[in-house]
Amino acid sequence: MADDIILLDFWPSMFGMRVKIALAEKDLKYEYREEDLRNKSPLLLEMNPVHKKIPVLIHHGKPICESQIIVEYIDEVWKDKSPLLPSDPYERAQARFWADYVDKKIFELGRKIWTTKGEDQEAAKKELIGCLKILEGELGEKPFFSGENFGFVDVSLVTFSCWFYAYERFGNFSIEAECPKLIAWTKRCMQKESVSSSLADPFKICGFVVLLRKKFGIE
Amino acid sequence: MGEEVKLFRTWSSSFALRIVWALKIKGIEYETVFEDLSNKSPLLLQYNPVHKKVPILVHNGRPIAESLVILEYIDETWKQAPLLPKDPYERAMARFWAKFGDDKVLTSIWSVFIKQGKEQEEALVATMENLKFLEEEMKGKKFFGGERIGYVDLALGYLANLISIFEEIVGLKIVDEEKLPLLYSWMQDFAEAPIIRDNWPPREKMIVKFQALLDAAIASSSSSS
Repeated sequence: MADDIILLDFWPSMFGMRVKIALAEKDLKYEYREEDLRNKSPLLLEMNPVHKKIPVLIHHGKPICESQIIVEYIDEVWKDKSPLLPSDPYERAQARFWADYVDKKIFELGRKIWTTKGEDQEAAKKELIGCLKILEGELGEKPFFSGENFGFVDVSLVTFSCWFYAYERFGNFSIEAECPKLIAWTKRCMQKESVSSSLADPFKICGFVVLLRKKFGIE
Repeated sequence: MGEEVKLFRTWSSSFALRIVWALKIKGIEYETVFEDLSNKSPLLLQYNPVHKKVPILVHNGRPIAESLVILEYIDETWKQAPLLPKDPYERAMARFWAKFGDDKVLTSIWSVFIKQGKEQEEALVATMENLKFLEEEMKGKKFFGGERIGYVDLALGYLANLISIFEEIVGLKIVDEEKLPLLYSWMQDFAEAPIIRDNWPPREKMIVKFQALLDAAIASSSSSS
């Protein structure tokens, strides 16, 4: 009784990890296919002709692209188990707003930290910490972003936590020193099987970044 | 029991138009608060402290920001004249095309408008590639939403107006009727739909505004620092 799900992914992608968490939250079995982004498979190019990117979820042969959209799709189709979005429209709007905020800010700033030096890097570090502090403020004293239960915003943000070590190493700073409550929240999330089994090892991510920097010629 | 709905916007914001159209399609009464972005009101800063932008919808005192988030909120709160389809796969597709519009189409069209020379040529090529995907999506449909205007039409709809304004100012054809016939007719059908037609910002004012933006961009790129 297969659910007929295929996930096209690339192991360091924090976007692919979001989908893995959502699938795990819903207890779904699926086929995982690792893509080599320097040599994209015909299936990837067929299923995501617009962006040619991962992750792509293929359900009953039909593709869904863009990680937040995939997570919402999973939440809507398998709505009876572990709902990720709240049921109240206003709460849902807040969750979508904050997930969108994560998308607008964290990836680009993180990327700037490990690809630049000097003033540009300092500016990126400062801005990233600023954004993480805003998120920390939004979390407040709650265990998770939507309250008692792990949800949509947690899924959107927690996958970046396995990249924090790489950001800290190349940016020469400590995220925990600046945002202790946020780091406490990442540890709380990691106690969930769906998260710990979906996130990559931070040391492996750092090794991957070392390779990328060599490839881009960054000292 | 009265519902209080307020929309904070500027006269020209394309993103705010999405909300105006959605509220009108659903027949929701609302109050408009026009903002001057060079002098943001304390209320704007209070309602959207994170981005400090418009549009913001305030429903019974509670603010929602980010136009696509607002559209989904409106659709979930007022169930008449649904904007998104019911089927989860169709919904995912609708969200995908709206995001594609914001992430790729708008960016490439803006580059065609604001850049010159080789950069403009490259932007035009990228724009054509992006618009071809939308053309493909229109096959067999009058609107992106099917027979009726839906979420994707509202998300992309500002293009029906803005593209012709850009074409007029820079003297370049972006949506050629021969190359993109379906998209071209969608732009006409959408722009002329009653609710949409009555709510465009004044064209002459838009031309003045965007011409000024272009002049400023050219001036700053050609002046030596």
